[in-house]
Amino acid sequence: MPSPQSHNIKWTRRVSNYFALGTITIFALIVTVPLFLILGTVVYHGISGLNLDFFTQNPKPMGEAGGGMANAIVGSLMILAMASAIGVPFGIGTGIYLAEFGRNAYGNVVRFTVDVLNGVPSIVIGLTAYALVVVTQKHFSATAGAIALGIMMVPTVSRTTEEVLLLVPHTIREAALGLGIPQWRTTLSVVLPSAMSGVVTGIILAFARIAGETAPLLFTALGNRFWNVKIGQPTAALPLQIYLDALSPYDDDHRLAWTGALVLISMIVLATVTFRFVTSRGVKEAG
Amino acid sequence: MPAPPQDRISRNASPETPADEVADNAPQALAPDAKLKFRTGDSVIADRVFRGLTIICAVAVFVIVGLVLFELVLQSRLSLHKFGLHFLTKTIWDPVIEDFGALPFIYGTIVSSLVGLVIAVPLSVGTALFLTEICPRRIRAVLSLCVELLAAIPSVIYGVWGMFVLVPFLRVYLQPALARYFGWTGLFGGQNFGFGMLAAGIIIAIMILPIIASITREVVVAVPRQQREAALALGATKWEMLRMAVLRNARPGIFGAIILGLGRAFGETMAVTMVIGNSPAIARSLFAPGYTLASVIANEFTEATGNMHLSALVEMGLVLFVLTLIVNALANLLVWSIKRRNPGRGLA
Repeated sequence: MPSPQSHNIKWTRRVSNYFALGTITIFALIVTVPLFLILGTVVYHGISGLNLDFFTQNPKPMGEAGGGMANAIVGSLMILAMASAIGVPFGIGTGIYLAEFGRNAYGNVVRFTVDVLNGVPSIVIGLTAYALVVVTQKHFSATAGAIALGIMMVPTVSRTTEEVLLLVPHTIREAALGLGIPQWRTTLSVVLPSAMSGVVTGIILAFARIAGETAPLLFTALGNRFWNVKIGQPTAALPLQIYLDALSPYDDDHRLAWTGALVLISMIVLATVTFRFVTSRGVKEAG
Repeated sequence: MPAPPQDRISRNASPETPADEVADNAPQALAPDAKLKFRTGDSVIADRVFRGLTIICAVAVFVIVGLVLFELVLQSRLSLHKFGLHFLTKTIWDPVIEDFGALPFIYGTIVSSLVGLVIAVPLSVGTALFLTEICPRRIRAVLSLCVELLAAIPSVIYGVWGMFVLVPFLRVYLQPALARYFGWTGLFGGQNFGFGMLAAGIIIAIMILPIIASITREVVVAVPRQQREAALALGATKWEMLRMAVLRNARPGIFGAIILGLGRAFGETMAVTMVIGNSPAIARSLFAPGYTLASVIANEFTEATGNMHLSALVEMGLVLFVLTLIVNALANLLVWSIKRRNPGRGLA
């Protein structure tokens, strides 16, 4: 952006200006490179194994060709459903508290704790779920994995809920309260519905985050090469199965890992793009 | 019978109230407090219950964090008792004779994270500045979606990519070149497996880029517009404006973003486990395989048989938890301080 007096600017300043701005631009472009590299290789290696078998077969014994991840997909869905049942209510409740009652010092302490929980490494959450559930029940189970993942959902859901509830204009709350509607009805029937798309997308975002989590499942859900739909038993999960297949010495397993990665990444990218699309539309409508 | 005009409250209170009773009570409806409470009694209790429920949810967050700490200490008591503080300074890791020390793992965690930071910080701060200050509006949405997607890719997929693509690339191309030109530093030498600290550092860098970039963007946006205008009005070039007005004001927040990225890096498990080589050694060269706190838990926990081994692994988790707790608390305070001071003009 040349200013009117640009001929007065010393050439060193002008050069350093272009140099710095150019460097910043290049850095920003470099950042996109790994994304396309990763997406590209996952699609390239994964697409060949994408067939009906992948979705309908269980893993074959180590080293045998063929097989799929049907049990892992079902196991993942099972664990994720349970995790959402745990994480979403607590997350929304905390979000409501922060937005409606937490505009004070207590609220700040809660907010800080939510941030702390958000920063706890997933493997440490896994250790905690192991100690709480696996040690007391004396066996690995889908429940233990779901508890670990449910805990991990809480910070994301509560922070997004708080943010979107605060976007609801205060006049709407005042109008509802002015009509004599009690506070709880105001929050649940007036404020929350008008922020619903935001809350839902927050849940999708949290869901996408935990859908790819592997570390907390290693010693809670443990994994399983066979069918299992009992919540009290060791259960396979998609990311876990990808990990095990990638570490296996056989090429056939590597192929499965790539296909699994492709399926997992498609699910997550879809969820993220939906999130982005819905939130940006919401902002446009509001502004 | 038409209700008197001052009867607003009772009409809304409860539909079960008979109309004539309302009319009888109408003259006192607004005056005594007790009456009001009687009319809206259900709602007062319901409000308290509702508030109580949300408070329970909020308190649950404390309970979870407390439980994490409690269980970690409880499950690692054997190891805590036997090794005490020496656990942090010993380099031995031998499940057979049940002697455990965490130093190589702490070293591996910190060094791989620092390598990640060195790569990630310039790139992510550059991206944040580009997005907020330089980028045309049309590209901005696409680029920030790219950064978001980078954050959404699961750790295990970074790991698969790292194992099968990055590590061979490092072994065949990058590491020989680094050894030839920068071997004299001592950081790039020794045996070249591909798996090692450098691979882990690069993967960590890619994974923490989005978080540093997005928080930096928030704090940069929070710098008041007048600061920029003042710098430009004094004849500063765009870069001088960025340096003097934007970066200087946002410095504590950017520092916070970097530390938050460091906290993330400490806890990265799957991808790092798959590329770092998993060998508990302290070596100067970044080509050498290493081991991190999170990786050793991931690798050995399900296979550990002795109670002491399990306990030592949980203590690793405790060390990791405390490390990330300190780092995150510090980072959040810094980010909060800058955002609180300048409430911002919304996301650009």
